Amino acid sequence: MEQYIPIVIMIGVGAAAGIVFTNINRWIGPKRPSEEKLSTYESGMEPVRSARERFSVKFYLVAMLFIVFDVEIVFMYPWAVLFRQLGMFGFVEMVVFIAILLVGYIYILKKGALQWH
Amino acid sequence: MIMTPQDYIAALPLGIVAVTAFLVLLIEAFRDGSVRVTSWLTALGLAAAFFVAMTRVFGAAPGTAFFGMYATGAFPDLMTAVFCVSGILTVLLSSAYLGKEHLVQGEYYAVLLSAVAGMIMMAAAADLVFFFLGLELMSIAFYILAGFARGRLMSNEAGLKYFLLGAFSTGFLLYGIALVYGATGRTAISAIPSHSLALAHSPVFVVGLALVLVGLLFKVAAFPFHMWAPDVYEGAPTTVSGFMATGGKAAAFSGFLLIFSPLALNALPTLSDVISLIAAASMILGNIVAVSQTSIKRMLAYSSIAHAGYILAGVVAGNRMGAEGVIFYLAAYTLMNIGAFGVVSILESGDGTGVTYDECAGLSRRAPVLSGLMAVFMFSLTGIPPFAGFFGKYYVFAGAIGGGYTWLAIIGVLMSVVSASYYLRLVVLMYFKEGTERNSSVSVPAASLAALVIAAIGLLGLGLFPSLLLQLTAWCF
Repeated sequence: MEQYIPIVIMIGVGAAAGIVFTNINRWIGPKRPSEEKLSTYESGMEPVRSARERFSVKFYLVAMLFIVFDVEIVFMYPWAVLFRQLGMFGFVEMVVFIAILLVGYIYILKKGALQWH
Repeated sequence: MIMTPQDYIAALPLGIVAVTAFLVLLIEAFRDGSVRVTSWLTALGLAAAFFVAMTRVFGAAPGTAFFGMYATGAFPDLMTAVFCVSGILTVLLSSAYLGKEHLVQGEYYAVLLSAVAGMIMMAAAADLVFFFLGLELMSIAFYILAGFARGRLMSNEAGLKYFLLGAFSTGFLLYGIALVYGATGRTAISAIPSHSLALAHSPVFVVGLALVLVGLLFKVAAFPFHMWAPDVYEGAPTTVSGFMATGGKAAAFSGFLLIFSPLALNALPTLSDVISLIAAASMILGNIVAVSQTSIKRMLAYSSIAHAGYILAGVVAGNRMGAEGVIFYLAAYTLMNIGAFGVVSILESGDGTGVTYDECAGLSRRAPVLSGLMAVFMFSLTGIPPFAGFFGKYYVFAGAIGGGYTWLAIIGVLMSVVSASYYLRLVVLMYFKEGTERNSSVSVPAASLAALVIAAIGLLGLGLFPSLLLQLTAWCF
């Protein structure tokens, strides 16, 4: 059982950190609520309303595209750390990867997916 | 770690298809509406990949590339050729169909090429992770294609239904892969047969394989996981249905041959028995429900469940003949099923209502060539010589008998008789019944006609000279 002690400590620290970080501003921050601030997504759409109406997909489109490029960065961090060990192989592979994403980027750019109006 | 040019040469067909997909996407981005160019470029890319793959099948020894990720040899190249044929025929049929349905968009071809790339990755997988990557690439492309007719409710339903159920089944497959990895300690597909005897009683290993089985059975639309197939095939654009039913099925079955190889199945008799029961149930359910359909697209969907059952009989046989029979069957099925869906796509009126049996009455007067081609596809789907469908069934069932599943072969033959009732009913209606619309003749676009003729000639060629293909399948195992 002894090898589980670090895991238990890890869970404890993780839980404590989570509880503290999510509540710390509630405990010490000033509160000046307004209707706009209390809504779930301040910059997005109203979370509760009739579903039987048209709504703009732009918000979701941008969110979706953001994820693609977010993931790209996630892949580039470990690659950058190991860049010297991977050498030419790693460089070529990453160029191929970015080229593939670039094709997608050019496509969404030309199709106007990033234009808000 | 160093990559050699040999690695890239091994993956040349995949590279050609992927690069074509990017080119199509870029052309679509810069020259909106140049669909003629993109469709021909797509067909050209697929044809190039087909020829590269075919030149390498004969005498190829199995091996791996990209550090044990990518399998080389006759099997992946031959399956690649099947996928490319499926893609080319779909492209030829699509150009006129998309115009009729007001769906002309270059993205269609880019997504179609992505699906073919995913299929090639599945057949050329030497590692479970790589296989999963290919499966997802293919499936996501299919979700998009199924819902491509955005303005039609049926198509939206098909896309959403396929996406939700497909994502769910992917979860099963991935969890199975995780458990198999946990049991064997490796993600290489070759680890499955080599560990099967030693781990035959390990719950983690067997449950893992069973979950992988669930994921694959969903993709081939076999009995307990078939519920999505009729609605998706009916709602999706008809050419897409044909593509999903042939290329998608062939890709999933190449996964079957890789993961549930004869070596693995012989070590796990319980798993074989489960697969054989699923095969029997798929044949029975698919054929009997297909009899009562009025829409031809729905009939073809149920019959595709039945065909999944026949092909599973070849998988479960656990011997060379069965495995080679599966490849032969998949090649024949690709030609005859795309042909059948292609004829339906030509007959459709363009409002997305599909074609019923009654509408085909007296078709031979209005469209003699089309009716003749449809009759060829129907005879081949029934399994009547001299068409390739007969030899596919013959090798699959002969393999099943050799593997000790005589009862499965008997059910298969009996169910083929049932299938004659709904396939041949169409032929009877076309030739021996008077139709209501006597005057309107059906116009057949040239590219679509070319696709149908290629498929029919292929069926006749493989039916008269099955050794042409069997020489190649012999190199696969």
